[in-house]
Amino acid sequence: MAFELPSLPYSHTALAERGMCQETLELHHGKHHQAYVTALNGFVEKNATLQGKSLEEIVKLAHGDASLAGVFNNAGQHWNHILFWQNMSPTGGGIPGKLEAKIVADFGSVAAFKDAFKAAATTQFGSGWAWLVQGSDGKLKCTKTPNGSNPLATGEGKALLGCDVWEHSYYLDFRNRRPDYVQNWLDKLANYEYALSQLG
Amino acid sequence: MTRLSRRTALFTAAAATVAATLRVRPARAQAAGPYSLPPLPYGFDANEPHIDAQTMMIHHDRHHAAYVANLNAAVKDYPQLAAMSPDALVARLADIPEQVRTAIRNNGGGHVNHSMFWQIMGGKGGAPAGALADAINRDFGGFEALKTQFNRTGAGVFGSGWVFVTVTREGKLALAPRPNQDTPLMDGGRVLFGNDVWEHAYYLKYQNRRPDYLAAWWNVLDWTKVAARYDQAKAGTLTI
Repeated sequence: MAFELPSLPYSHTALAERGMCQETLELHHGKHHQAYVTALNGFVEKNATLQGKSLEEIVKLAHGDASLAGVFNNAGQHWNHILFWQNMSPTGGGIPGKLEAKIVADFGSVAAFKDAFKAAATTQFGSGWAWLVQGSDGKLKCTKTPNGSNPLATGEGKALLGCDVWEHSYYLDFRNRRPDYVQNWLDKLANYEYALSQLG
Repeated sequence: MTRLSRRTALFTAAAATVAATLRVRPARAQAAGPYSLPPLPYGFDANEPHIDAQTMMIHHDRHHAAYVANLNAAVKDYPQLAAMSPDALVARLADIPEQVRTAIRNNGGGHVNHSMFWQIMGGKGGAPAGALADAINRDFGGFEALKTQFNRTGAGVFGSGWVFVTVTREGKLALAPRPNQDTPLMDGGRVLFGNDVWEHAYYLKYQNRRPDYLAAWWNVLDWTKVAARYDQAKAGTLTI
């Protein structure tokens, strides 16, 4: 069965007042994410070994295999964007008490967590992602990955939050100012309720 | 509001912000260090309508300026590196102290790539002539074939990067895509010309349509400048 573009869990205008305009969401979801899905389906159609496999299986199987670079890029980006849409909310930014306690335990403070996340996001040179993951030791940490890679592929832990730092995520709203985009994302867009629901 | 009027309003507001901050630009450009942002050799609007003035302004005054500032910061505690030209820095990454190697790769690469990029634009497109046209015919099967292969290669760069045409001392040409701010200079090569396919190079005007940007970009090439670079390559004097 072919992979499909999931619907956004909110309207295209829902995040506009929180720093992500309608046009950004329309392009990002309807064009960029759709293009990854279309390309992934094209690869699967031509490659019998990929057929019948789940998205997670394809991401792991293609990771590190140069002959499957195109598969990895598009499967990874499909997986990343499925998470990304759920990682934002029109009422985002508020951290539930239980998650806050875990953040304080592992980072020292909410501010220290945000600094670590921002550092990951702004030092990812070129296109990529910043992540809040829960490692196999149970501890939260911030990481980054280039282009279409993700913690599922690298094995760095379970992704609780992923922030897209490809320029197409923020260029219409913030131009070159990636640090401002990431700060706004953490303060006003991030769906910490979702992150808590994924916490092991 | 329609999409078009919404974007126009957005851009007008942003342009006003940029214009307001232009007054503080000299202070930023004078950041201490051996490397400096080369002035754009033409107006921001010189590549209209193919590349819009706002994109040129942000690309040169913000993105390129940031690479220069970060490169200066990277060499601050290394006088022997600060004495080197930017092309020499990126050509000898293996000799660079590990603590600053990535910073110099990214920001030195960004500095040399963009310095080349501004040089070869500002023209009216058209077609190459003379010895350069002969080399393109020989190595790509013609100018149209070069454009087709170059555009396909640029569209195939996943994420941020560049597509270059490299040139040897003998004048032989080849296509060379690179990720992020890497450059063939890092592998001992020489760049005849190249196009920036980071989204910041085209997103305000072309959004997700990178192939449209790649196709339009040929209209702003200055073939006189590219031909001069070709001559320098054969003379052994081409640097960035």
